[in-house]
Amino acid sequence: MIKDPKLLIQAPPFLRQNLTTPQAMLDVIYALIPIIIASIWFFGLSALLLLIASVAGAVLTEWLFSPSPKSLWDGSAILTGLLLALTLPPTLPLWMAFLGSVVAIGLGKMVWGGLGNNLFNPALLGRAFLLASFPAAMTTWTTESGIFNSNLAMPFMHQSFDAVTSATPLNLMELQHQTTNLWDLFIGTIPGSFGETSALLIILGGLYLIARRSIDWRIPTAILTTVIIFSSLLFITDSTRFPNPLFAVFSGGLLLGVFFMATDPVTSPLTPKGAWIFGIGIGILVILIRNFGALPEGVMYAILLMNATVPLIERYTQPRAFGHNGGGSKK
Amino acid sequence: MNPLPAFKRSFAHGVHPEGHDEQTAHQPIQRVPFVNQYILPLGQHLGVPARPIVKVGERVQRGQLIAEPGAYVSTTLHSPVTGWVRAIAPRRSPRGDLQTAIEIEADAYATQRLESKPTIDWASLSIDEFIKQIQNAGIVGMGGAAFPTHVKYDLPDGMRIQHLVINGAECEPYLTNDHRLMLERPEVVLQGTEIVRQKLGATLATIGVEMNKADAIAILKKHLKHYQHIQVLPLRVKYPQGAEKMLIKSIFGIEVPAGQLPRDVGVTVNNVSTIVAIADYFQTGMPLIERIVTVSGPGVEQPANLIVPLGTPVREVLRFCGGLKETTREVIMGGPMMGIPIASLDVPILKGSSGILAFTAAETSRPPEYPCIHCGRCLEACPHFLNPSRLSRLAKIGAYAEMAQYNALDCVECGACSFSCPSNIPIVQLIKMGKEEIRKVKVLNK
Repeated sequence: MIKDPKLLIQAPPFLRQNLTTPQAMLDVIYALIPIIIASIWFFGLSALLLLIASVAGAVLTEWLFSPSPKSLWDGSAILTGLLLALTLPPTLPLWMAFLGSVVAIGLGKMVWGGLGNNLFNPALLGRAFLLASFPAAMTTWTTESGIFNSNLAMPFMHQSFDAVTSATPLNLMELQHQTTNLWDLFIGTIPGSFGETSALLIILGGLYLIARRSIDWRIPTAILTTVIIFSSLLFITDSTRFPNPLFAVFSGGLLLGVFFMATDPVTSPLTPKGAWIFGIGIGILVILIRNFGALPEGVMYAILLMNATVPLIERYTQPRAFGHNGGGSKK
Repeated sequence: MNPLPAFKRSFAHGVHPEGHDEQTAHQPIQRVPFVNQYILPLGQHLGVPARPIVKVGERVQRGQLIAEPGAYVSTTLHSPVTGWVRAIAPRRSPRGDLQTAIEIEADAYATQRLESKPTIDWASLSIDEFIKQIQNAGIVGMGGAAFPTHVKYDLPDGMRIQHLVINGAECEPYLTNDHRLMLERPEVVLQGTEIVRQKLGATLATIGVEMNKADAIAILKKHLKHYQHIQVLPLRVKYPQGAEKMLIKSIFGIEVPAGQLPRDVGVTVNNVSTIVAIADYFQTGMPLIERIVTVSGPGVEQPANLIVPLGTPVREVLRFCGGLKETTREVIMGGPMMGIPIASLDVPILKGSSGILAFTAAETSRPPEYPCIHCGRCLEACPHFLNPSRLSRLAKIGAYAEMAQYNALDCVECGACSFSCPSNIPIVQLIKMGKEEIRKVKVLNK
C-alpha cells in the first residue's frame, strides 16, 4: 500500500527558470562592484563613507515604510542607495547623501506602492531632490585625492572649501568650450561624481548585465547611437562650439545613466519597440540639455523626463499579438 | 502551402525548460495489470458529459459501450475491463471537483480478452460514417486537452483540409509516452496518419517531431517508403512547440489568425497517441479504453512508460512503479508545464492523462512572490506575443474588459510566462481567471 503523502497543491507550471528577482538585483550590484572599488581608489575613504551613508538611508527607509519585511531582502533598496551614491560628488556631506536616499526610497518608491510600482527612477529622483535643495554642494567637484590622501574630516558635516576643487569635463565644456583628454575620460582620472568617472568599468559592468540578460540591450544601444549621431551632426555644423561625439559619450554621467539608470526595468518600457523609443528620447534630451540648456549635464533630467512617458509609450507599443493584423494567414 | 526549410522551421518566443526525459526515454512501454476498481468520470472530455447507458449491478464486457455522447460535442465511453458496474455516482476527479462517474469492479476471473471484432474497412467509409466511427470509438485529443476528435474532423461545407499535421513534438518535459509510441509502433503511427489523411482528403501529412527524439525520427523515416504522402520533419526543441498554432507556424510559417482554428488555414493537427488510437480502432475494433502514461519524476521509485486502462486509480499505477519515495511532496497529472496537481491518489487516469509525475522538495519549493519589476521576460516567452505582465496586473485589479482588449482570449495557457517570471508571479493563473470572467460577460451579453 502506498502511504498517502501530504500532497501539495501548487499552481502550474511546476518548472521554473532559476533566476529570481533578488538575484537580478544582486546581479546589478555585482556589476557595480568594480566601479565602487575604483571610486574608492580614486576618491579615498570618504567615498566609502558616502556609499555607506547613502545605502543606510535607503535601507532604513525601506524598512520603515515597507509593508512586509521581505521587501527588505529583495536587494532593491541597497541597489538604489548605491546608485544614488555613485551620482554624488565625493565631497558631499554625509547627511545630505543620507537624506538623498531617504527621499529616493520614500518619495521615489514607497509612496508609489513599493518595488515595481514607481514611475521615476528612485536614485535619480533622490539626486534631483539633492540638486534642487543643495545646488552648491552638489556641484562642487574635487580632483581625485587618491585613496590615502582623502580628507576624512571633510565630508562629515559640512561642505569643505579647503579641498582642491576643479571643474568637471562637462563644466569645462559648457563654460570654456574646453575638452578633456579622452583617455582620461575613459580610464576615469578626472573630477566628477565618483561613480561616473571610469567609462571603462561602467561599460564592462553594462556588458555583463546585457550578457546576463538582466538589462534590455535595446535601451543602451538606442541611447548611445542617438547621442553619437546627434552630437556628430552638431559637431559637423560647428566644431568650435560643440564637443566631438566621443567626448559626448564618455563624459559626465551618460554611461552610468545609460547602463544602470535608464535600463531600470521598473521605469523603462517593457515592450521592445517602446525600449527603442525610450532610448532615442533620452539620447535626444541629453544632447539638447547639455548643448542648448543652462545645465552642463542633462542625463538625470533626460532619464526622469522619459520615465514619465513610459506608460504612454507602452500603451502605443503593445506587441502585435500572434495571428493579428497581417500576421495571419498568407496562403 | 509548403513546409519551411529546416533552418526557418520554428516559432518566435517560447522557452527552453530542461527535457528531464532521461528517466523514461529508454523505458519500453509495459502493460499495467488489471486492478479491482475503475472510475470513469462521464465528463473526461471537453464538451458535454457522456450519458450512461448501463445500470448499477449490470455486467459489462471489456470494450463495451457504457455511455453515449451527451450531445454532438461529446463522445462515448467504454468499459476498460470485464466486470460489474458498481456505482454511478459522484467521484473525485483529478481537478478536485466531484463528477458523476461510472465505477466498475473488475471480474478477477474474466480473461479480459477483447472481443474480437471484424476490422472496419475504413477505405469504404464515407467521411460522415468515418466521423461517426471516431465518435463511436470515444476518441479525443490525447495530448491533454481531450477535445472530441470527431468534432475536429467535421468541417463546415466548402472547407477543405490540405494538410494533416501529426504532433510528435512532445514538448512537455518529463513526458516520453509519445516518444516511446513512435519508437515502438512506428508502423501504426504511419497507418493511422494515412487513414486520417485519406479520409480528410489531405494531400500531405507531416509528422513533426522535436530533434531531441532523433531515434524516433530515424525509425519513422525508415518506415516511410510505403507512404508517399507522409513526411517526417525534425523540429527545434522549444516549448510550447506542441501547441497547435505553434506547430503550424513552425512547419509552414503561417500564423493561424486569432479566434480561428487550424482548419481555417486548411490544416488539422492530431496528437501521435490520438492517431494510434484511431489506427488501433480500425484494425482491432478496440475503442479508446487505455492509453500510454509516463510515470516519472524524482519522487517515483521506478519511472516507466505504461499502458494503463482508463479509470485506473493513480495509486494503482504508482504501486506498479514501486510506489512513491518518502520525499514526495507533489503529484502532477499531465506534464509539468500544463498539468494539474492532484490532491488524492484515488483519482483515475483519464483519456487526457499523459503523465503522472511525482516531485520532491527540490522541485516543489518556490521562492516567495515578488512584485513585478517589468523585466519583460514574460513578453519574450509568450508564443502568442501577448503582454502577460500587463494582463496579470489587469487581472489583479479586475479590469477584465481591458484584458480582452489586450487579447487575453488568445492565451493558450501554456505557462511560459510563469515559467520565465523571476518574481514567481502566478501569471498564467491570473490570466486564466481573467479569461473566465471575460467569457462570463460575453455569455451575459448574448
